[in-house]
Amino acid sequence: MRVLPSGSTALLVELDDLDAVLALHAALEEDRPPGVVDLVPAARTVLVVTDPAVTTLAAVEAALRRVTPRPGHQGPGELLELPVVYDGEDLGDVADHLGVDPGEVVRRHSDTEWTVAFSGFAPGFGYLTPAAGAWDLPRRPSPRTRVPAGSVALAGGFTGVYPRESPGGWQLVGHTDVAVFDLARDPAALLRPGVRVRFVPC
Amino acid sequence: MLTVVAPGPLTTVQDLGRPGLAGIGVGRSGACDRAAAALANRLVGNDPGAAVLEATLGGLAVRAEADLVVVTTGARPAGGPAHDAPVALRAGATLRLGTPAAGLRTYLAVRGGIAVEPVLGSRSTDLLAGLGPPALRAGDVLPVGTPSGPMPGVDVAPVPDPPGGELTVRLLPGPRSDWLTGDALDVLATAAWTVTTESNRVGLRLAGPPLERRETGELPSEGLVRGALQVPPSGTPVLFLADAPVTGGYPVAGYVADPDVDRCGQLRPGQTLRLRR
Repeated sequence: MRVLPSGSTALLVELDDLDAVLALHAALEEDRPPGVVDLVPAARTVLVVTDPAVTTLAAVEAALRRVTPRPGHQGPGELLELPVVYDGEDLGDVADHLGVDPGEVVRRHSDTEWTVAFSGFAPGFGYLTPAAGAWDLPRRPSPRTRVPAGSVALAGGFTGVYPRESPGGWQLVGHTDVAVFDLARDPAALLRPGVRVRFVPC
Repeated sequence: MLTVVAPGPLTTVQDLGRPGLAGIGVGRSGACDRAAAALANRLVGNDPGAAVLEATLGGLAVRAEADLVVVTTGARPAGGPAHDAPVALRAGATLRLGTPAAGLRTYLAVRGGIAVEPVLGSRSTDLLAGLGPPALRAGDVLPVGTPSGPMPGVDVAPVPDPPGGELTVRLLPGPRSDWLTGDALDVLATAAWTVTTESNRVGLRLAGPPLERRETGELPSEGLVRGALQVPPSGTPVLFLADAPVTGGYPVAGYVADPDVDRCGQLRPGQTLRLRR
């Protein structure tokens, strides 16, 4: 564990891999050190945001170093089935990259159970990791300025669903009509950390 | 109630924002100059979490539909009779905020708070995430809440106006200064940074000597908060403000000390920012 400075209110904890991130995040969620107001897990880091009126960064760092990580404690969350039309513009490129045909990409993507590891980029955008198999795909060489809402995409070992139209650099393989982020619904975000997802071809 | 006669260049509703929602990818948002917004609420006896109006470069005009008590803080509007001092706004009267001579954001608090419907626990408009009430338009009618506490009995708060020239703030280490050549913090601390017109509630895009990357690999996105000085491929830093993203994919070389970020939120394009270690 490396604790890196992040200004006067936060510390960035860098870990070896996503499993270590989730294990530390689970432990911190279970037993939050006093004065910690937010936790931002990502692929290799956890940002620990503090309230300087309640605690000091030194006290939080000492508490972090005493935490026992809790591996495998993220789930199992609810299982969500998302209907997907596999008509993404980058399906062919993804198939070429993996050395298979497009039908095989669809089969592998929809046969895999995915779990939301963490969120970021936009409200309701979850980073989903596969239960098995390697999906290490590069981002597009230059990002698109407009990716439609509902686009199902892949990049860097993750899959995700764009909650609304936005710029984006991930490889598009399909789309779903399910609104993954809807403020009129409670909870607004379907893809919350720990939720398991199956993509169902339709 | 308060009717918006004119919104000016940009006026939004702001409160303390949405802390604690990073789990679903929602950033904090809230007032850009938190200290000024907090002062406005204190001066009219509101809760610290009450919503206020954040007017950018003046131009806001509102008409009271009942007898109200209001106050402005932050950037001092030109021609206004009182600033940092609560005043009565009678039913039917219109308050117009002139363009400030210095500073960018004026906060208008109404006793009782702006009571628009909260979204995910906050009334703040997050322009990056597209959450909260839309920016104000002429004709909007804003409900006003019930006062929660007594008036503080303060005529005027003796606080300095935002400076018009150069601003110096405290620079602290960021997590990825080692992704840049030389001592990135030294470069950040010695240059005079000019605030460009490509600046908004998300952040200030700064012009100055570009910082050079040492690491050319892709940095996996990681969490950041306001005050982060992120260095994109262009090499000139972005100082993130209230509507900062939850995570970013470019190295954060340094941070502005959190209390000083409020003052950065009052900088206009063309002003000079200096960072001191």
